[in-house]
Amino acid sequence: MKQPRSSDELGRDLGEVGYLADEGLATIAYLALAMQRPLLLEGEPGTGKTALAEALARAYGLPLIRLQCYEGIDATQALYDWDFPRQILHLRTVEATADRSQVDAESVEQSLFDERFLLARPILRALREAPAVLLVDEIDRADDEFEAFLLEVLSTNQVTIPELGTVRATVPPIVVLTSNRTRELHDALKRRCLYHWIEHPALAREIEIVRTRMPEVSQRLAEQVAGVVSDLRSRGDLLKPPGVAETLDWTAALVRLECDDLDLETAAATIGAVCKYREDIDRVRDALSSMLA
Amino acid sequence: MSDVAIFAGFAKALRAAGAGVTADRTRTFLEAVSLVGPDRRRDVYWAGRATLCAEPDDLATYDAVFASWFSAEEPRARTRSRQDRQVVVQAGLDEAPRGSAEAGDDQQVAMLASVTETLRHRDVASLSVGERAVVARMFAGLDVTVPRRRSPRRTPRRHGDLDPTRTLRDQLRRAGEPGPLRFRAPRRRPRRVVILVDVSGSMSAYADSLLRLAHRLAAASPRQVEVFTLGTRLTRVTAAMRLRDPEDALAAAGATVPDWSGGTRLGEVLRAFIDRWGQRGMARGAVVVIASDGWERGDPVLLGDQVARLQRLAHRVLWANPHRGRAGYAPVQGGIAAVHPHLDALVAGHSVAAFQALLDEVGR
Repeated sequence: MKQPRSSDELGRDLGEVGYLADEGLATIAYLALAMQRPLLLEGEPGTGKTALAEALARAYGLPLIRLQCYEGIDATQALYDWDFPRQILHLRTVEATADRSQVDAESVEQSLFDERFLLARPILRALREAPAVLLVDEIDRADDEFEAFLLEVLSTNQVTIPELGTVRATVPPIVVLTSNRTRELHDALKRRCLYHWIEHPALAREIEIVRTRMPEVSQRLAEQVAGVVSDLRSRGDLLKPPGVAETLDWTAALVRLECDDLDLETAAATIGAVCKYREDIDRVRDALSSMLA
Repeated sequence: MSDVAIFAGFAKALRAAGAGVTADRTRTFLEAVSLVGPDRRRDVYWAGRATLCAEPDDLATYDAVFASWFSAEEPRARTRSRQDRQVVVQAGLDEAPRGSAEAGDDQQVAMLASVTETLRHRDVASLSVGERAVVARMFAGLDVTVPRRRSPRRTPRRHGDLDPTRTLRDQLRRAGEPGPLRFRAPRRRPRRVVILVDVSGSMSAYADSLLRLAHRLAAASPRQVEVFTLGTRLTRVTAAMRLRDPEDALAAAGATVPDWSGGTRLGEVLRAFIDRWGQRGMARGAVVVIASDGWERGDPVLLGDQVARLQRLAHRVLWANPHRGRAGYAPVQGGIAAVHPHLDALVAGHSVAAFQALLDEVGR
């Protein structure tokens, strides 16, 4: 993997794969790479937290390994597990095929805890396949105990499997954690990470994002869509202000309808791509005519 | 001043301004600055923001301290005003009247008990300073039942559904020999409780007791209780409530809350809570307790809408109204009438006995 030498270079690398990072995000991502620290991203849903990990993986040609957290996730789902059914099948096969007198108990036992019965889960895979990008998505959904466990793995970059030995990453993986702040993360974990709060992009930047992601969209349509979305965000009375993901969804919807100039009728018909609450849709429908004027 | 001293000093200034900067964060910051180079102001800005901040609330403080620390001008004198620690008057132990020296211990105990019992039912707004201190100690004696919810996670139980993994694992331990079946059942975990305490002028007589109640609940289930104060703005005091000692916790909360005994804009502040915290997940499936008299200067319709929204998100929404405890109370005032249809329960919140009833309602 090539190592970017400055934050500007990292920003350019990300830009080449279609992720436009602003200056702050580029600096912080650069620091995360240079200091080999996990990157903790928080922000409104749809501001590109997960997309950053994907872009990093693509920009540097690394595998992206994703660990989606949920309540009750534990080491067997995050690290590794033994494939019990296959182990038992193996035992039975040995029993059925081998000559009783020649079976060596010890070697059979050892053959049970072989690499081929090991189910590598995301974190173990990330350590083995390093350099890689490990995306730990929505860490706030996991339990406290899991956080402590994650902290241990992230600080040592190694995992010990009693039956097999220690797996150590040759190069530490690039770790990106995202959180939606449904729960306060533990300070110990936060201290280990570099922190960044992703804001909604400014109007000009958002137009650029739309144009980069969907080159077939005309400049005019991109401007109109981004303009309406930024108006919606600044209204302040929506239950859920739209994120960049919604902007892209909406643009894609309009492209499908072969709409090249956003008119009131099409906008009202497709508003469901931007607003996901009935109350929001009602409010926005009333205001659309003035926004598009 | 050397470069290191300038940057370390900045971290220290940030700490003084209230951000949670620790020594190892400072070290990380210095490392980050040495990587990006100290020449460009914006590089230093982002390096510091990534290493010294831990949550969005820190960002405004960070910006302000950064601007003044790295400005070209002479540093100004510190203007941050320190709020005095709240002084708690310690009252003597319950002084039972002693008629004669021969009065037996039994009688004295009975007298003590009855005074406590009376205080239990007194409106906390009408207490004297001495009684207040006695009541403050009574909070430790309240029974807390933490509400629980079924978790999707299953744990080993005697009865329940079959646990194939454990059954197989045991079987493997016996080298494939079949054995007794193992069972599992859903785990029960503490449910999140969100307490919103109105600290506006009209509630000032109750705010102290309500925060004590919040502290009691936070002590019972520290990671699942969130406490906010509502006034002209929304303030999160969860960190203060996690302090062990109730007096420390209250003093810390007092130092955090800028709008103590101010006005209320209940509807707007509640909307701020739902937008910033509630809808993201804090209120989802939680028991939300709003402690307020429902005195709304703004539009009651907005307040009603917000509580309706909260009710759709939360498991239960409880409203504790100190006036509810008065004889002849009916929920007819603008604010409370607007929210009443959306509440799971409207309870009193004026005396220690009422607080116990509220806790029972929370734990139900």
